[in-house]
Amino acid sequence: MQDVKEFRPKIVAFCCNWCSYAGADLAGSSRLSYPADVKIIRVPCSCRVNPLFILRAFQRGADGVIMAGCHPGDCHYTSGNYFARRRMTLLFSMLDYLGIERERTRVEWISAAEGAKFSKTMNEFAATIAALGENKRLEDLRCKN
Amino acid sequence: MKRLSFARLNEFFAAIAASNALYLPVDNSKGKAEYKKWQEGTEMSRQLNTLRSAKDFFFPQTENLMEFKMDGKSVEVIDTRREAEDFVIFGVRACDAASFKILDSVYLVDPVDSYYKTRREHGVVVTLACARPAETCFCKVFGIDAADPAGDVTAWETDEGLMLRANTEKGEKLLSLTAALLEEGDERAVEAAQEKTREIIEKLPLSSLSTEGLGAGKTAELFDRPEWKALSEACLGCGTCTFVCPTCQCYDVRDFDTGNGIKRFRCWDSCMYSDFTLMAHGNSRNSQVERFRQRFMHKLVYYPDRSGGTFGCVGCGRCLSRCPISMNIVKVMKTLGGKNK
Amino acid sequence: MQELMKKRAIELLADGTCDRVLGWEKGDFAYDQTPALFHTAEELRASFVYNGFSAANLSKYLVKECRAGGKIAVFLKPCDTYSFNQLLAEHRIKREMIYVIGVACDGKADVEKLKDAGIDGITDIREEGECYVVSTIYGDKTVKKAEALAERCLNCKSRKHMAYDELIGESGEVVPNSGRFDMVEQLEAMTPDERYEFWRGELSRCIRCNACRNVCPACTCEQCIFDNPKSGVAQKAAVNSFEENMFHIIRAFHVAGRCTDCGECSRVCPEHIPLHLLNRKFIKDVNSFYGEYQAGEDPAARPPLGRYEKNDIEPGEAGGNRA
Repeated sequence: MQDVKEFRPKIVAFCCNWCSYAGADLAGSSRLSYPADVKIIRVPCSCRVNPLFILRAFQRGADGVIMAGCHPGDCHYTSGNYFARRRMTLLFSMLDYLGIERERTRVEWISAAEGAKFSKTMNEFAATIAALGENKRLEDLRCKN
Repeated sequence: MKRLSFARLNEFFAAIAASNALYLPVDNSKGKAEYKKWQEGTEMSRQLNTLRSAKDFFFPQTENLMEFKMDGKSVEVIDTRREAEDFVIFGVRACDAASFKILDSVYLVDPVDSYYKTRREHGVVVTLACARPAETCFCKVFGIDAADPAGDVTAWETDEGLMLRANTEKGEKLLSLTAALLEEGDERAVEAAQEKTREIIEKLPLSSLSTEGLGAGKTAELFDRPEWKALSEACLGCGTCTFVCPTCQCYDVRDFDTGNGIKRFRCWDSCMYSDFTLMAHGNSRNSQVERFRQRFMHKLVYYPDRSGGTFGCVGCGRCLSRCPISMNIVKVMKTLGGKNK
Repeated sequence: MQELMKKRAIELLADGTCDRVLGWEKGDFAYDQTPALFHTAEELRASFVYNGFSAANLSKYLVKECRAGGKIAVFLKPCDTYSFNQLLAEHRIKREMIYVIGVACDGKADVEKLKDAGIDGITDIREEGECYVVSTIYGDKTVKKAEALAERCLNCKSRKHMAYDELIGESGEVVPNSGRFDMVEQLEAMTPDERYEFWRGELSRCIRCNACRNVCPACTCEQCIFDNPKSGVAQKAAVNSFEENMFHIIRAFHVAGRCTDCGECSRVCPEHIPLHLLNRKFIKDVNSFYGEYQAGEDPAARPPLGRYEKNDIEPGEAGGNRA
């Protein structure tokens, strides 16, 4: 019998360089903790996140994927996050339509000054995913052993 | 010749399934037949043929070949093959049964494909003679008799019940498993059923299709024919014809990086795809005309060249009903062949 | 109708309006028509066909033909003209090279429906009023046209031509309540588990033949990401459920806001997967989140994913029922 291990969710967070990644930095320098289960991937803008990135994160074993960018109106490139917002809205709705748990994907707008929001968001999201359990519906078993 | 009353068909399947995995055509949610594993309550499809061919049993669309694990500078090669189980496919039509011979001629000659060979050895094929061939059928053109299919066991649906004839040792063994359910059957019932089928075959619109001008040795005559351009004009370059074809045998070997090792697998490939012949130096078939020509030349000329004249098509008609733009081997034969004008 | 079209095509070739005509060529059994180019009056007389089985949307072939030069006349049904406009909007085809003959359409038949109804051995099909008379080797059978209507035509969204240089037959109207989102709504009303089961049942039959992609007038990339060995996601077969989902989600997403709902993907799927239900979900979402939008209606319109509003809905607010 194998030991039943406590489920530790794997979370991928796509963070835009200008706001949310800086927000994560601030969280760190302010000694606000967020779960080590969150793996950050820095992107130049939330608009860089292609739907394929989200799916590939799930394929590679993520149990939850979150995208964080500048608040609408504050994009470093003026309008990138507005486009990203439309894309993710449609993609998440589609994933839901395919029966994939809606809670596994999330978008949050986090500015460079919001270290506390970063930490709170990640803690909340990690707790949500931990409660949901392992990603089974968008998993690629080949990547799981 | 053995006879099984239709009322005992279920018992017959149960007797086989007791010691083998038994697969037979079953209607799916769209009313199309596909091979499914038999279990109590499974009802056999009444369709003429399955949407996909029976080649999947011996040559599946994807298959793991081996795995590699890296540890520092050492690489471990892992054979992922499991012990193969014995299985029986029931209800294979004459065309698909003939396709196995074509696949064998590719995979069982040196160097033998051991993955394919293992499955061939473990599989028993029970064919079912066609009672009502469709307008898209043209197996007769290639010398295949839909009323007398090959296989380890041949079955006929007759007025007196299901008639069964073992053709091989494997077939004898299979029928011995069900001996308690079988009685001696009368050849005449089979002959009557065969006659009916053959009468229908004579009436089929494609039965008179000619292979004249096609076949072994025709490369020089056919390769540069101007008609290829118009024939391939509408081709979408999809793989539908290839993937529903019982004789298409090409595959690609790929490595999948799992993040902690490599899984090497093979999967069907299609000569209709733009990257089929992509190599380090580039691509040798850059246009759809060339790819299209390759597919039909392979079936109608190159394969016959290598096989003593046997065509690489069995006339199952799947590509006729599935091609999105209704271009198919029959239209190619009619355009390029001698007698079909 | 067919004779009128043939006559007109011959005239257009003769007066130099075009040097080739894109239409449908008859096959062996009346239902197996192939899109074809006709260069001469003889070719048109010999094999041009237009009837209830001329289903193929010819607009995508114009991408290739525009590169070949010359002037092309093309027959487009109402739904095909939406694809045509979309291709124009995306600069994939050149308007000045194409002479569009809009042709009336009262719905196309799906031969699978005849076959599912037990009609086999088909040798010919004739139209007689509201019926198809099907000749088979077992004798003639008569089927009401309505019973053979293709799935996509049951929910026809428009009988109106969005673009044409001339019309043969009447151009109709946009159908206000086509009911084309009914099935999407039914799926949305299901629980996530039921939806998951539904789509697994459908997508697990995918054989990755790429017919849906290759026939799609919105899929005109020079090289698809799934064919590009450098993309990291190139596949020739779906090895597992993830790859099946990935291909279809990404393909539907890539045509989101550009798909005109012509229904070719579902028509050509050899496994009869209702792929249009993925596209229609995006269309429905776009309509409800960003305002009514019909791709291909107006080639000058900005696509929904190429514009934004400051007060757009947040991703967290989208999605059907919550688990």
